[in-house]
Amino acid sequence: MKTSTPLLGPWQDQPLEEVLGLCRDTIEEADFSAVDRWRATGGKVAGHFQVYFPCEVAHAAGMLPVKVRGAPVEPTAAESRFGSYLCSIIKTSLQLALEGKLQLDAFFSHPICDAARNLAAIWGRNFDYPAQIVYLPQNANSAGSATYLAHEYRRVARLLGEISGIEVTDERLRDSIRLYNRSRELVRELYEIKRETPWKVSAEDGYALVAVGGLIPVEEHIQLLEAVLPALRARDANPEDRVRVVFEGAFCEQPPLDLIRLVGRSCYIVDDDFLIGLRWMTEDVPVQGSPFDALAESYLERSSYSPVQHDNRKPKEKMLLDRVHRARADAVVLTAAKMCEPGLEEQVAYVKALDHERIRYFLSEFEENASSFGALELQVETFVESLLFT
Amino acid sequence: MDTSTSIVGRGNRDGARLFREWFDGLKQAAEREERAAYVFVMGSLNEILKSFDIPVTFPEITSLQLAVRREAHEYLQVAEDQGYSPDICGYVKADVAVQLMNGEHPMGRIPKPSMAVYTNACNTYVKWAEIWERMYGIPIFTLDVPGHRQLGIHTRPGDEQFESDRRYVETQIRELIPLCEKVTGRAFDIDRLRETMAHANTMSRSWARILELNASHPSVFNALTDGTIYLGVANALRGTEAGARYFQDLVEEMELKVASGIGTLTEEKHRLAFVGVPCYPIFRRFNEMFAEWGGTFVLSTYLWFASGGSNRGYEYDLVDPIRSLSEGLLLGVRDAMDSMFDQTTMIEESLDGFGIDGVVYHPIKSCRTVSTGLADSRRALLQERDVATLFIESDMMDRRVVSEAQLKNRIDAFFEGLVSRKRHVVAGGR
Repeated sequence: MKTSTPLLGPWQDQPLEEVLGLCRDTIEEADFSAVDRWRATGGKVAGHFQVYFPCEVAHAAGMLPVKVRGAPVEPTAAESRFGSYLCSIIKTSLQLALEGKLQLDAFFSHPICDAARNLAAIWGRNFDYPAQIVYLPQNANSAGSATYLAHEYRRVARLLGEISGIEVTDERLRDSIRLYNRSRELVRELYEIKRETPWKVSAEDGYALVAVGGLIPVEEHIQLLEAVLPALRARDANPEDRVRVVFEGAFCEQPPLDLIRLVGRSCYIVDDDFLIGLRWMTEDVPVQGSPFDALAESYLERSSYSPVQHDNRKPKEKMLLDRVHRARADAVVLTAAKMCEPGLEEQVAYVKALDHERIRYFLSEFEENASSFGALELQVETFVESLLFT
Repeated sequence: MDTSTSIVGRGNRDGARLFREWFDGLKQAAEREERAAYVFVMGSLNEILKSFDIPVTFPEITSLQLAVRREAHEYLQVAEDQGYSPDICGYVKADVAVQLMNGEHPMGRIPKPSMAVYTNACNTYVKWAEIWERMYGIPIFTLDVPGHRQLGIHTRPGDEQFESDRRYVETQIRELIPLCEKVTGRAFDIDRLRETMAHANTMSRSWARILELNASHPSVFNALTDGTIYLGVANALRGTEAGARYFQDLVEEMELKVASGIGTLTEEKHRLAFVGVPCYPIFRRFNEMFAEWGGTFVLSTYLWFASGGSNRGYEYDLVDPIRSLSEGLLLGVRDAMDSMFDQTTMIEESLDGFGIDGVVYHPIKSCRTVSTGLADSRRALLQERDVATLFIESDMMDRRVVSEAQLKNRIDAFFEGLVSRKRHVVAGGR
């Protein structure tokens, strides 16, 4: 399904600030109007929970892959489906669907954590459309992982093809991979701007430009970034005396935009793991050979890291330190979502590694629907001052 | 002493003895500075590890022992002082403390790990093993067992999807074997594997039979208390001759009890199903709060998932052991996952056969694997069946989130409702 009208709204002729504002508004609204516009044209939607999903497969089936990443809403209806002591994202994601704000034709979760694996079953008990787990391999080091994963992707392709009525052929999938390669290339360029000239893009705008890619067709995301990135580079902005930080701990539940904005007021966020699943591939996915094999191999061999994937080749503390050094960061904002088991467990290892390397860090927890940041802002400012004056 | 006198209660006596002996063996290994494989209850791979005669430690079991002995709190505090959050798995934190205290444990010193082997039945297994990897630099091995993809859609041996998953599991088993050879310095012996798998077959067959026998009236064991003793042996001694013999004896005991109409110590007024993980910080008292009302647990999902799915009684084909092991693991671990994520249908199917009057859901703070979906599962069950249910939250380790008074209030109210419901039915109401 293709749409000639931008799902974001008429952004093409708008000035840069308007476009950035539109992106921020779009990712903060809980009504998913962009997705509604897609559905209004008869398009089908595949919702995929955090962290990584092979969006190319859904795109090749003519569907809109939509990142399900919770929202700052009160999960009043969803609360009755869950116990206590759970992260917020799992509840607010279901809430959006129960309220009818997020209408899907298929839902996918992943074995990223124990709560997320339960989510597929809960979703399946509450909705008639397929709610499945895409079993991404949890043994990244087995010789059988890539073959297994390619088979799993073919299974997902068959299901989505049945829903949309469009068969996912190798050629269609290759075309989708080409498009996603281009969009990832542009996101890498955005991160280069954040890293090299962070005064040209605010923390929240950088975030919004990536996040909006989880809500609109890849073609539109490419057009958006191709228009916005040169405009950002051309901005007449001067560097300020801010601390360069890496923000780590947002691989699944996302911090509220206000929190990102708050950190960005006193720091340059020069690298991060925001929405890392949308940026999981670190290089282009090859378009030669079987596209299913290429996607599977790329997931394992040309990819980033997160606390929810164990790979002997990617010790996570080392990966974090590499990120810090690559970004020439002065410090780390080390966070975890409340009640997030993998995130909280990883924090202990990260703290030890940062202590060992004598890299300063600000340690915190967050919740996506937090709305009061006064105390946190004071803590961040104190941390920044301690860095600047010691 | 007549035969029935010597047989009845034997399972609990022998179970406690075997468990103690297993722990003593670990203690002796630790004293000799020998190391053990660290494994978990849902897919322990004991069949492979025992074929190399590697001692195995179950950190879940050593952790829960701390809670049962009411010593968990001090251990949790040690881990939290190291930066581990109050909101993560209590088993993990207790074990971290045990490791930091050089294996010190009230039942005896725990050996350090030589390797860790685990499935993905619980994601926290992976994070837990990463802690040992960092502490000791040991190899850790994830045996990735893909679960069912969608509620109610189950693939079977021979299905294309099942066979793809099975081949993936088999590849990994074949990768685990050289790792065990490297760690032990011993060559793999496939006939030795056949031996351990034969013992595991006896245990699985027996376990399925024992669980099935508890459908009798009165029930022959308490699935919450006695069942946990049996479960300890099922895990610690899986793949051993002693374990196989124990379970054959246990079948004999339970069949005798069924034939003789011998029940549990509780005067059985209400037959209950338990869904979740026991409340170990007040383990005995927790059961008493039900027993005082004549409630006995005839079924427990804990006995399904914490046995790694061996409740299904799958038996390996010893002619082609590795292939069969991969099939058995896929079926067993998947069943264990279903018992945690998708147990509604399984419970519903058991209600009539086991004559269940009420279902007790017990989500706990520490374990999101088991607890996340229980409220929704209960909601779904109530949509299908008119059965009394109780939903109570506490923890398996952390006494700070166990409120005995609140639990008792809820449990008493549940039974008052159950009694009233039964009276209503007797009076001809619906």
